Amino acid sequence: MKRAALFLMALPLVAAGPPIVIRNATVLTVTKGTFQGSILIRDGKIVEAGEKVMVPEGARVIEAAGQYVMPGIIDCHSHIAADSINEGAVAVSSMVGIEDVINPDDPDIYRALAGGVTTANVLHGSANPIGGKCQVMKMRWGKDAQGLIFEGAMPGIKFALGENVKRSGSPGNGFGATPGLRYPASRMGVEDVIREAFTEARAYQKEWRDYQAKLDRHEQAIPPRRDLKLEPLVEVLEGKRYVHAHCYRADEILMLLKVADDFGFKIRTLQHVLEGYKVAREIAEHGTGASTFSDWWAYKAEAYDAIPYNAAIMVRKGVLVSLNSDSAELMRHLNTEAAKAMKYGGLNETEALSLVTINPAKQLSIENRVGSIEPGKDADLAIFDKHPLSNYAKVEKVFIDGELYFDREKDMEERPVKEAKKKALIDKEKAQEKKDRRRPGQEGAPAADKKTEEPGGGQ
Amino acid sequence: MRICLAFLLALGGLRAAGPETILLRGATVHPVTGPDIADGSVLLRDGKIAEVGAHLAVPKGARVIELKGLHVYPGMIDSSTEIGLSEIGAVREMNDVSDIGLFKPQLRAATAVNPASEHIPVTRANGITSVITSPGGGIVAGQSVLMHLSGWTMEDMAVRSPAAMRLEFPRIQTPGGRFGGGEGPPGRTSAYADAKKRYEQQMRDLNDFMESARRYQQAKSAGGPDFETDLKMEAMLPVLEGKLPMLIRAEKEKVIKEAIAFADKQKVHMILERGTEGWKVAAELKSHNIPVVLPPSYRLPDAEDDPYDKPFSVPGELSKAGVTIAFASFGPGSENNPRNLPYEAAVAVGFGLPREEALKAVTIYPARIWGAGDELGSIEKGKWADLIVTDGDPLETRTQIKQMFIKGAPVDLENKHHRLYEKYLAR
Repeated sequence: MKRAALFLMALPLVAAGPPIVIRNATVLTVTKGTFQGSILIRDGKIVEAGEKVMVPEGARVIEAAGQYVMPGIIDCHSHIAADSINEGAVAVSSMVGIEDVINPDDPDIYRALAGGVTTANVLHGSANPIGGKCQVMKMRWGKDAQGLIFEGAMPGIKFALGENVKRSGSPGNGFGATPGLRYPASRMGVEDVIREAFTEARAYQKEWRDYQAKLDRHEQAIPPRRDLKLEPLVEVLEGKRYVHAHCYRADEILMLLKVADDFGFKIRTLQHVLEGYKVAREIAEHGTGASTFSDWWAYKAEAYDAIPYNAAIMVRKGVLVSLNSDSAELMRHLNTEAAKAMKYGGLNETEALSLVTINPAKQLSIENRVGSIEPGKDADLAIFDKHPLSNYAKVEKVFIDGELYFDREKDMEERPVKEAKKKALIDKEKAQEKKDRRRPGQEGAPAADKKTEEPGGGQ
Repeated sequence: MRICLAFLLALGGLRAAGPETILLRGATVHPVTGPDIADGSVLLRDGKIAEVGAHLAVPKGARVIELKGLHVYPGMIDSSTEIGLSEIGAVREMNDVSDIGLFKPQLRAATAVNPASEHIPVTRANGITSVITSPGGGIVAGQSVLMHLSGWTMEDMAVRSPAAMRLEFPRIQTPGGRFGGGEGPPGRTSAYADAKKRYEQQMRDLNDFMESARRYQQAKSAGGPDFETDLKMEAMLPVLEGKLPMLIRAEKEKVIKEAIAFADKQKVHMILERGTEGWKVAAELKSHNIPVVLPPSYRLPDAEDDPYDKPFSVPGELSKAGVTIAFASFGPGSENNPRNLPYEAAVAVGFGLPREEALKAVTIYPARIWGAGDELGSIEKGKWADLIVTDGDPLETRTQIKQMFIKGAPVDLENKHHRLYEKYLAR
């Protein structure tokens, strides 16, 4: 049984169907220019993309004249497809992770897909300075939890700075003095929590190294006790796990970069990073990526200096930038979010599209697999009826691993069928209710309801 | 470009006494209520549109602005915002949207709008020239104002104050939420029963309140010696007299139906706000002649099993059913930016709303809904000269707003965001 499962996991998640040719479309490759042409897909991969491609015998041909094909959109910051988001009771919750709470039945997966999204970095919430582990997923709607995981993607962990983190330490006049409040309550405390955690992690790392050294010398040794909180932090120290850090203000951004330098690790991406434009030079020097909103601002104090030019300034200063959603809704139109970077700051079309494709792919180190239309990459593609940077455009088809996961035409066809099914269920329920009402005292009848109406009833 | 900007700056974002006469020339003029005029002109005099047409003569003393290759549209109108009342939503001290109590008809949004709010120039920059700003919270939340997005004081800004009396129609509200709230104590039946009781009480209170207002109206007209002025009741008189519409917020089908029945019974002129399930009662909205301030198009489907594109297709469905619609941002908030109003309209076009209707639903339809159909919302002689000059379709993100006029005066398009951009780009 176990062997069978392992064997299945090792297989790529690809249905071995016939080759597919998407023909006569405007192809926005993002990395290799834009052309009128076709794409050949075989075994879940892009085999060819060019003005003319060979159509193999038995290939399924999709006529896409007048339509636009772009790489599947990648959202570097999402919270969909998870049963829970925040473990906020502790200031360091690195022992928990999204992988354990994946919900493959979340309709937001399908909705994201219908917005052209094929990959998302699903993050823990921002309740604590060091949060839980992240999970990169593909939007393979219909697959089980394991089937959503982007196999081979680098593991990640969420950090968070600023207001969200402080909040649990400062209700009203508290400032951390009230018993039961969780430290930290200030940006000073946030830095301290991170430094304390990595100091512990270093000591823990040393315990294991000493143990290994003893074994190498063939000495007797007792293995240290595993610490599930510190293990992921050791992975960060060793460059085996990426840090995605929620932040807003320029000062806290610099603080985190300094802490990372002091402990010898890198921050992979700064998330939100709404004041990133103020310290873009330092971010670029540190080799850190930035994943931001296009234009959210003023919803809280630390977002008051947020500007929609943030992405463009950071791009111009040499930062690897992506635009993210942090919202199951915004996720549905990241293509037009990218258009805002043209309006605000004058990026060109390719630069704008890169913000939601190849750039987030690089930030997650999956650019050898996804993020552009190039031979050898996964056939993760979105077909739009108009240019995807237009507000009038809508998604027609979405492929992941060469498999058609969203088809607007099919969606429309199925609607009346689903409506009828729903109506039948409701009618059945109503009929049952009617029957129950004729037999008082039974489950669901008014008399039974009465009991649970009392406060605390049913406990 | 720089010279042009400097010139506008010198004029000031805010109008000096007595605007000059300006002739906009050579642009494609989109009156919205009539056919487009290629190589068209618009004459701005005394704050108003004095003339529109092809090749207008230059009146004596008029400044001519050549706009070859550009487009002139009426400024856009956002039919629901908190602009001026809420600077940073999460900061209590910077938020004046709602006050204590359930019945507060005497509260006026116009009183608390900060004309120096940073949101005003930020919103203007994308072509929005006027907005509805409303109080919130409780049941009768207070009076909305329709205002131009330019002026030293509310005196300069107000188009209609009040423009409506805002009512948040009672509904059964159970606790919920994903990031925090949870479902409250175990035993959902209990939470529901409490919510239902609360709702029933609120409905009784609302009906009692309307009844009291009517009795007050009668007592006042009877003019007895014991009559005492009551400011709450006084504020309701224009509503009862049919002079002031009620902007009624209702989302679910059941609540919308109850709101319509309420408006019928109370004989008040109703504007439906949000009405996320308005498409289920489109025929009724049409037959009652109730216009709809649409919920944001950019939102998730309201029910788990709604089609994924329901929020995008609803504006088209309502429009097709003959209901008058207007788009609104419900901002400022994180996902709700008033500056994105034109894009909320555009997304509906991809899903069935004719493009001309989308444009009308951010211009002339809201003007009519707010009782300012003869003052705003189109390029027609006699209306306020609230105009935008663009390099393309104003509903497209990539289009730039090049110039703006409010009440006939050039408006500075500079704002906090652009200033920070220039400052830090140069770092």
